[in-house]
Amino acid sequence: MSPTDTSTQTSTPTPAATPSDPVLEIRNLSVDYGFGDDPTHVLREVSLTLNRGEVLGLAGESGCGKSTLAYAATRLLPPPGLITGGEVWLTGRDGKRADLLALSDAELRAARWRDIAIVFQGAMSSLNPVYRIERQLIDGILAHRPRTRRAEARERAAELLRLVGISADRLRSYPHQLSGGMRQRVMIAMALALEPQVLIMDEPTTALDVVMQRQILEQVMELRERLGFSVVLITHDVSLLVEVADRIAVMYAGEIVETAVARDVYAKPRHPYSAGLLGSFPPLHGPRRELTGIPGAPPDLSKRPPGCPFAPRCPHAMDVCRVELPVLGRTAQAEEGRLVACHLHTSGLVDGELPELLAR
Amino acid sequence: MRFLLRRVVFYALTAWAAITINFFIPRMLPGDPVTALLGRMQGRIDSGAEQSLRVLFGLDQDLGLWEQYVEYWRMLLRGDLGLSFTHFPTPVADIVNQSLPWTVGLVGVATVIAFVIGTLAGSILGWRRGTWADSLLPVATFFQAVPYFWLGLITIAVLSVNLGWFPSSGSYDRGLVPAFTGEFIGSVIYYGFLPALTVVVSSVAGWVLGMRNMMVTVSSEDYVTVAHAKGLPERQVMLGYAARNAVLPQVSSFALSLGFVVGGTLIMEMVFSYQGIGYTLYQAVSTHDYPLMQGCFLVITLAVLVANMVADLAYALLDPRTRTEDR
Repeated sequence: MSPTDTSTQTSTPTPAATPSDPVLEIRNLSVDYGFGDDPTHVLREVSLTLNRGEVLGLAGESGCGKSTLAYAATRLLPPPGLITGGEVWLTGRDGKRADLLALSDAELRAARWRDIAIVFQGAMSSLNPVYRIERQLIDGILAHRPRTRRAEARERAAELLRLVGISADRLRSYPHQLSGGMRQRVMIAMALALEPQVLIMDEPTTALDVVMQRQILEQVMELRERLGFSVVLITHDVSLLVEVADRIAVMYAGEIVETAVARDVYAKPRHPYSAGLLGSFPPLHGPRRELTGIPGAPPDLSKRPPGCPFAPRCPHAMDVCRVELPVLGRTAQAEEGRLVACHLHTSGLVDGELPELLAR
Repeated sequence: MRFLLRRVVFYALTAWAAITINFFIPRMLPGDPVTALLGRMQGRIDSGAEQSLRVLFGLDQDLGLWEQYVEYWRMLLRGDLGLSFTHFPTPVADIVNQSLPWTVGLVGVATVIAFVIGTLAGSILGWRRGTWADSLLPVATFFQAVPYFWLGLITIAVLSVNLGWFPSSGSYDRGLVPAFTGEFIGSVIYYGFLPALTVVVSSVAGWVLGMRNMMVTVSSEDYVTVAHAKGLPERQVMLGYAARNAVLPQVSSFALSLGFVVGGTLIMEMVFSYQGIGYTLYQAVSTHDYPLMQGCFLVITLAVLVANMVADLAYALLDPRTRTEDR
């Protein structure tokens, strides 16, 4: 269980370092909310691949299905959410692949935390208020490795806290005695307790101030290099992703509309929505520019019109966009490792050139 | 430590207020005990005896309210609750002493049973929300809505009068001498079964509903999802994470209901003619037996206060967040 697989790591994460080594593969995952005759399709055939050692950013507005994707992929979706189709293939440490959605309850329980751990949005509410930090760090370890001696587990808990920069005497604290940032660090320490291969972080820093956000994310990235796990980082903050992620997947209305290497998304967005999303955050480098934002609001998923869900807000919408749903495919420039779901990139449909913004 | 001290001061103040109010209430009631006694005896006491009765009861001295109040405290501190008017000259303390164990034993045990069963059932119902378990809720709501006296009378009618399985009143076989023998204890349990059953049946639904609703609320907390994500066994998540937090409000209402064990069973004791403190209080009120009334009220008040204190302590023990000012 020692972090030996860091060999694939390099200090400067190369884009898609080992594209043929997926550790988590989500295939055509669909989720509905509501059991009735008319459920809301919240995720529609989402496919996503996380490679070993990679940081995959998942970006999009609130309500686009980012968190639903994380919950569904780990089968933590609370009712009335219902997974209606798809597969989630996880490659174990031993190289065996298993579909998380097809595992029995016992197998799933064993795989959770050992292979795939989650850090949730609410730093304040993720810890059980009536137990000490120590107990909550230990119970996960003992549940998966029942033969661990208590003293050993306690030692491991102290080690984990030190890993995230908290002194070990905090073990005896209750959650309410810690600050928000410390609680989120404790959560991260807890998530790393069994050295999982995949760490899903669902807006891990939204509840924290900007300085704390940066500190915690930097710490996670540093730990990733040391321990060699892969990260799915969910956030609406694209500029943050550009800095820390290797690849970015942009979601809109329950679908992935663009995936690409992080700096390509930043420099050369191919989907009008990605471009709009980038325009809503101040640039990190270069001259100041006016923030544009995206006009309109995300669509009501229960009353989804035919065609591209972004069409009503898209400055480049064509007639076909309102009729036909675009599928994820190659870009007009036919770039390696990039996918986009937009009719502007479907050959033969565009009359003239791509809009300037999307053709850089 | 400061936390504890503050609680103690608070309870001392409350006790003082309760005892003082207890002193005034009977004095504000209309009627007087001598006339009530004469009325009850329906002329079997010569009207000339009225004056001697007044002297006997100590009602002839024309003490001011303040002197009475001071005297009341002085006697109270010696454990002297005065003499009962109706059971003259038995001391009130003796009567209370006799009836209190019956109530505490019967209703106390029944309340504990109801709490344990109700909370366990509520945890399971709450954990399995959205399944067949939800169909049990209307049943629970029904039992919670049923008036207690009706339930008691129906139980007597069916199980005691019609089927003859259990005695309909009393607390033990009158042919036995109270003693710690198997026979006597068996008889007490046999006689107590019906009243206990009705108390459990009528109160268990409240515990079930309360716990179930708290479970549903707590189950959607993030830390429960985290516990699932950690791959903890389902039982551990249900008991250690969900129920452990959901039980907190239950515990405080449980401690409070223990306080009402002493005072709140009047109807049960009347329906079953059970010789507890509620029945005694009922008799005292209907005969204007001030000292006995005061004695009963005092015991009830103190019981509620003690229960409150227990609730406070239990809560502090179970919920670390309430302990912070302690540090």
